[in-house]
Amino acid sequence: MKPRNETERLSNPYNDDKVMAACSIFGMMDISGKAVPGGDVIRAIANMHDRSNGLGGGFAVYGIYPEYADCYAFHVMYPNNETRSDVERYLIKSFAIVHSEEIPTQPAPHIQDPPLVWRYFLLVDSDQRGEQSEEEYVFDRVMTLNTSFPGALVFSSGRNMGVFKGVGYPEEIAHFFHLEDYKGYLWTAHGRFPTNTRGWWGGAHPFSILDWSVVHNGEISSYGTNRRYLEMFAYQCTMQTDTEVVAYAVDLLVRRHGLPIELAAKVFAPPLWKQIDYASQDERTLLTMLRQTYSSLLLNGPFSVIIARQGEMIGLTDRVRLRPLTAATKGDLLFLSSEESAIRLVCPDVETAWTPMGGEPIIGRLRESLPLPKENLEVAVA
Amino acid sequence: MTAPRSKEQPFHLQKAGKSIASPNEHRVPAPTPSVIAPRFAIIRDLERCIGCQVCVRQCSFGAQAYDSAEDEVYGIDANCVGCQRCVAFCPTSALTVTERPARYRQNFNWRSDVIDDIKRQAETGGVLLTGMGTDKPQPIYWDHLLLNASQVTNPSIDPLREPMELRTYLGRKPDRVDVSTDALRAEAYLPPQVMIETPILFSAMSYGAVSLNVHESLARAAADVGTLFNTGEGGLHRKLRHYGDSTIVQVASGRFGVDLDYLNLARIVEIKVGQGAKPGIGGHLPGHKVSADVSATRMIPVGTDALSPAPHHDIYSIEDLSQLIYALKEATNYAKPVSVKIAAVHNSAAIASGIVRAGADIIAIDGLRGATGAAPKVIRDNVGIPIELALASVDTRLRQEGIRNQVSIIAAGGIRNSADVVKAIALGADAVYIGTAALIALGCTVCQQCHTGRCAWGICTTDPFLSKRLNPEIGAQRLINLLRGWSLEIKEMLGGMGINALESLRGNRHHLRAVGLTEAEMDVLGVRVAGT
Repeated sequence: MKPRNETERLSNPYNDDKVMAACSIFGMMDISGKAVPGGDVIRAIANMHDRSNGLGGGFAVYGIYPEYADCYAFHVMYPNNETRSDVERYLIKSFAIVHSEEIPTQPAPHIQDPPLVWRYFLLVDSDQRGEQSEEEYVFDRVMTLNTSFPGALVFSSGRNMGVFKGVGYPEEIAHFFHLEDYKGYLWTAHGRFPTNTRGWWGGAHPFSILDWSVVHNGEISSYGTNRRYLEMFAYQCTMQTDTEVVAYAVDLLVRRHGLPIELAAKVFAPPLWKQIDYASQDERTLLTMLRQTYSSLLLNGPFSVIIARQGEMIGLTDRVRLRPLTAATKGDLLFLSSEESAIRLVCPDVETAWTPMGGEPIIGRLRESLPLPKENLEVAVA
Repeated sequence: MTAPRSKEQPFHLQKAGKSIASPNEHRVPAPTPSVIAPRFAIIRDLERCIGCQVCVRQCSFGAQAYDSAEDEVYGIDANCVGCQRCVAFCPTSALTVTERPARYRQNFNWRSDVIDDIKRQAETGGVLLTGMGTDKPQPIYWDHLLLNASQVTNPSIDPLREPMELRTYLGRKPDRVDVSTDALRAEAYLPPQVMIETPILFSAMSYGAVSLNVHESLARAAADVGTLFNTGEGGLHRKLRHYGDSTIVQVASGRFGVDLDYLNLARIVEIKVGQGAKPGIGGHLPGHKVSADVSATRMIPVGTDALSPAPHHDIYSIEDLSQLIYALKEATNYAKPVSVKIAAVHNSAAIASGIVRAGADIIAIDGLRGATGAAPKVIRDNVGIPIELALASVDTRLRQEGIRNQVSIIAAGGIRNSADVVKAIALGADAVYIGTAALIALGCTVCQQCHTGRCAWGICTTDPFLSKRLNPEIGAQRLINLLRGWSLEIKEMLGGMGINALESLRGNRHHLRAVGLTEAEMDVLGVRVAGT
């Protein structure tokens, strides 16, 4: 298939439909909402250095921009200033820009030929969005930006959160973006080991849309099915990596279809039909219905992911657990990691550490926020 | 109809002379003197032949004969259809039936089959009839599509050690599950869904065209495996009504055998609009095949021709189809999915979109290579398009319109093995129909004589002497074996791709690559060339 637009050609040098990668993932959340600096997360992901190969690293931080908490924070990569002017003209037309600046960076030894990276704090004018909800409006603008401006990429678009990523080892990316100077109550991190020979900045994790972010270790063998299903709901997979579909799928299920995250996890890694057959009547009905309706969103093949949004962090592995994930807690802290050693490096005295079952979601949630329809959850959550 | 038969001796007891007396003279037109060179040669190894006459008794086409004066068994090549029945049953392996080489001077334009057809038509002045699917060398796209397998970055999954799920639900799916409603716990929340344990269904073959023993074999096997068989348009014999839970009942333009019981005993009701072997034309079951049982099942008088008009006379447009769909839903209390079966034709994609919007829960698409009990040869070989292209374009179109989830797609017409099944699902099908493959499992050798009603294997006939050659118990077991073997192979292929649930392959064209196809073909199929 031919590339659909310039973006794909520029950002994905091989025009592969799907880029495979192995990886390290790490997540850390303080459910009391206390913001912590990036040092521990950077040390932890650096400890899993050998799980990546220098072709991609990245971080997502929640609670990072309290001074602009109401604004959509766009992080945008540009190949040159000309493209930046084009995009900024579009942004001025579409949003009220509260603040904009180049994201501060410093040279890092192995970071070569970085793009221009800017951030914009944006508000949506109710006149402009018309009938659309604010989130739908922002979503559409992000899709438009990422498909219409060659080389430009909005890689972060949520409120009070930010994604930082690029080509390099994660600790180098952290250095490049001064991440030790940022604070957040929820951090996720990723070190990438792509199996093609070059990385590109857009292909690094986390992948993000609105305030969702996803870091992913694995290869989704259902990619074609997932992608074509999401395309029916106007999601355009511009980055051609399987991780992107996870971000869009969770956005569709939770934001647009109103499923609690526990049930979304049952869509991504459903119980086997034989297990469903033996469940209680109510549970069977619900799980059968979910699997029948969303069969095209089952994530098949080996994966472990950490999905985050404002106030929530979810760890999940595929249902036959073909990729590692360890969870640990200490007090208000929840850790998720590819390797337990990374957790123990930054928190030697964890209270509990365990390996979740395949398909069993591990959910960290801010205390006293995000009320969820509990009565619907009970049947589904083991 | 029974009267003349009682006066006759059974065929296998007759002594055939040099001139062949047909055992059913009233059924089969007497052979016209023909100048067509015989296509097959019956070669008898006289050192092996013991003169037992098994071949004479087994041949239902009068190609094997016994001369009592000479005490000699001999073959009549002109009558031979190449079905291999005699070869299979000869106890001393004395027989070889083979196509005669170079019957006419070699010519790429005026091939032997072309010359034969013209001669035959010059002799008869009629439409040339034939059976089974087209035997012409149209491209078989399955053979140009290759599957993926995992290496290193993604572990392949061993189906002998890990769970591997083939279960499929047929029926319309909603756009979303609304967990906020009270309806959540009600079973009736979703439109009706029909579960099958393997994505392979038995295609429509009507009782009357095939024997009751074939129907029974299919029904038993479907029940055992957890899949469905399709009655075809000839109704369901009362003896098989308790297999309703394994049944798709068909409503075709002739409406044979359709009543409220028939509709309500089934799992799925299918409206037959078209058939891949003969798009655009109807059907004709000759009166001599309408026995008492066929008559009772089809609800037509004994011995009358059963004519299926080319169109349904109440469907002249898409809104008419919608009316019939909802009439059938009303009749079945909205408890059963309604399927619409169409032949794969040039604008299948647009037609399919209309069918979904007309309310169908399932679309069955039957491709060019689909088989038939009888069809004009010129139609069979020239009308319609290959299933691969139709399936891909329908799936793509429905996704573009955002309605793919509202319907299940069943692909039919020339599915030969488990790899074809896997490729069909990767192109976008939910499940496949198999017809010819199932009949081959029952003994069929694809000799294309279905339209004669003289099937020597007892399949496509209602002659009791012939149809008892198929034991439904053995037939069912052979079909069960076939589906089991294919299902195991499908699991192996899925596991190799790193997939452990069939639904993750549906429409997943990333697992297909093309060899030897043009850009335009790959574009329709939505696949890339191998090596990219």
